[in-house]
Amino acid sequence: METTNTLSELSHQLVDLFTENSELIEKESTDYMNSFRTKALEDFNKFGLPTKKQEAYRYTNLETYFKGEYFPVLSPENFSLNLTDIFKCDIPELDTYVVLVLNGFYYNKNIYHYLPEEVTITGLAQASKNQNGVFNKHYGKYADTSLDGLAALNTLFAQDGVYIHIPKGVELEKPIQIINICYSFKNLRITHRNLIVAEDNSKVNVVVCDHTLCDKSYLSNSVTEIYAGENSYIAYNKIQNENIKSTQLSNTFIHQEANSHVTSNTISLHGGLIRNNVYVTLNAPGCENNTYGLFFADDHQHIANYAEIRHMQPHCHSDQLFKGILDDEATGTFNGKIYVAKDAQKTEAYQRNNNILLSKTAKMNSKPQLEIYADDVKCSHGATMGQLDNDALFYLRTRGINEKEARHLLMYAFANEVISITNVPHLKERIIELVDKRLRGELSRCNNCTIGCT
Amino acid sequence: MSLLKINDLRVAIEGKEILKGINLEINPGEVHAIMGPNGSGKSTLASALAGRDNFNITHGSVQYLDEDLLDMSPEERAKKGMFLGFQYPVEIPGVSMVNFLKTALNEKRKYNNLPPISASDFLKIMREKKELVEIHSNLTNRSVNEGFSGGEKKKNEIFQMAMLEPRLAILDETDSGLDIDALKIVANGVNKLRTKDNATIVITHYQRLLDYIIPDFVHVLYKGRIVKSSGKELAMELEEKGYDWLKEEVV
Repeated sequence: METTNTLSELSHQLVDLFTENSELIEKESTDYMNSFRTKALEDFNKFGLPTKKQEAYRYTNLETYFKGEYFPVLSPENFSLNLTDIFKCDIPELDTYVVLVLNGFYYNKNIYHYLPEEVTITGLAQASKNQNGVFNKHYGKYADTSLDGLAALNTLFAQDGVYIHIPKGVELEKPIQIINICYSFKNLRITHRNLIVAEDNSKVNVVVCDHTLCDKSYLSNSVTEIYAGENSYIAYNKIQNENIKSTQLSNTFIHQEANSHVTSNTISLHGGLIRNNVYVTLNAPGCENNTYGLFFADDHQHIANYAEIRHMQPHCHSDQLFKGILDDEATGTFNGKIYVAKDAQKTEAYQRNNNILLSKTAKMNSKPQLEIYADDVKCSHGATMGQLDNDALFYLRTRGINEKEARHLLMYAFANEVISITNVPHLKERIIELVDKRLRGELSRCNNCTIGCT
Repeated sequence: MSLLKINDLRVAIEGKEILKGINLEINPGEVHAIMGPNGSGKSTLASALAGRDNFNITHGSVQYLDEDLLDMSPEERAKKGMFLGFQYPVEIPGVSMVNFLKTALNEKRKYNNLPPISASDFLKIMREKKELVEIHSNLTNRSVNEGFSGGEKKKNEIFQMAMLEPRLAILDETDSGLDIDALKIVANGVNKLRTKDNATIVITHYQRLLDYIIPDFVHVLYKGRIVKSSGKELAMELEEKGYDWLKEEVV
């Protein structure tokens, strides 16, 4: 990571905020968790918030988004209402373990019926106090605070989030659905931190839904660390559906051991600014990683996807596919990096980014980066920018299909390549429905999330 | 009432006049063949009638079922029973044949104040029409034209025509790229769809297709004008002599 000479005023303010509140922040955390803050502070002091001077953030101006008036959430708020009753953003046919997270804090009334007793789903703060050693073995090991200022900032303020532990050999069939809710009467800056540990030969499906339930401004900076043990299988589907004033910075760090299989798919339906960073380390031979994304941006939205796949060992396979549709004045970026270490022979790594620009004013920057030090590899990358195919549009219209419907069919067809990858039954239908609504302009937020915020 | 009446139609593309005054009248039950050498404007005429928007109609009028055709959007023309069989059918990855056909059929039904077709009726019709053009079952499970062979694409055009039952079908070089067996199947499909109420315009470069689809009229298009119109025997004459004698006649 390139260094910036001087820390911006905003970064200074964030450091001050931490220093002034460190007692409150550290109070509920274990010494072990707190020990990461020293290094994080060092790193953040060095790098600060990512700026446009850094290659990976060249097209995303974070500072303007951080400048708003936000109230930092430093301790859980007590809500008297029973969220589980009111909030029904469930997918009707999708039977899941529902994990509610409120403004970054694990909701302590979550109940998991019939969860196998060897599996743990709990709050991160709670998990850090467990004495079985799993937490300490993995926490902070994958989210490298020297890689990205956002990871450093998160580690500095991290208190709570979701912790999932699937022990060796356990295959959890029912998906875990994490619902992140932003809910308050003031503008909030939220930090949440998640840790998912899937040990050897285990299997887990995680679905993450991000929602804002009020029309306030939210800035959330999350870090999720995912550990995939040998021969494990993880599907990680994220659906982002937040209001136009929201800023979502999502950092996912995936660490894979031998013959593990991880597929992450991020569907960005709606938001003000969305920045998704996915860092994958293939740490042993035989890993398979798929990193996918689908995004829709209109109005003045900005959606940035950064994916970095690090092939450290031979015989691994990775695939990146990101597709986006941009309209109005929306801007987007894709930055995909494939790193192949010297010893990672027989690597297969592919990357593709396709975009459709519906207006003359929408803008997309796409940047593939290949850094290859091994000599026996198969790698490819490609990016396209285009409009809807006029010939296809005319063809559909000559069959009696209205222009609007024809455009919709073509946009949906474009998106479908990513949607069809989703392998969680019923979730796919739900995504199809949401994308359909998004493309028809009907979607401002999940239609089931109708808490009246007045 | 004539089905289609073209009156002194002039069409330009990017400032260049391609059609220089076309006159043509088509009545229900008729099959018209339009022939002519490459670059004479055959495909331009087909696309202009279907409503392609990069064309500039500089002069003339077209009446379709006594309405101003040129005022209608492509989808409106289709809903009123016009069909264009493409010379180069477009591949549309991600749009399934079934979804595509069902949408098209229901748009037309909606236009005619009919309720959407039931799933079982749709499958039944599809099965019937598939047999008509001997199209392979698997093809309808795929995306529109995606990965279809040249012959399959052309059969698919006739299949769509069969599904949509147009009043006026314009088949643009449907025979090009077909082997003799596929040609027979395509021609057979067109013949079976013929009724006393509908009409077909067959655009072709070769006389070959007209051995199987017997036209009532043959027109020769040359340099943007119909230079000769006659009965089906004209096609034979063209096959025998080529187009050169006509060119000389025109000059």
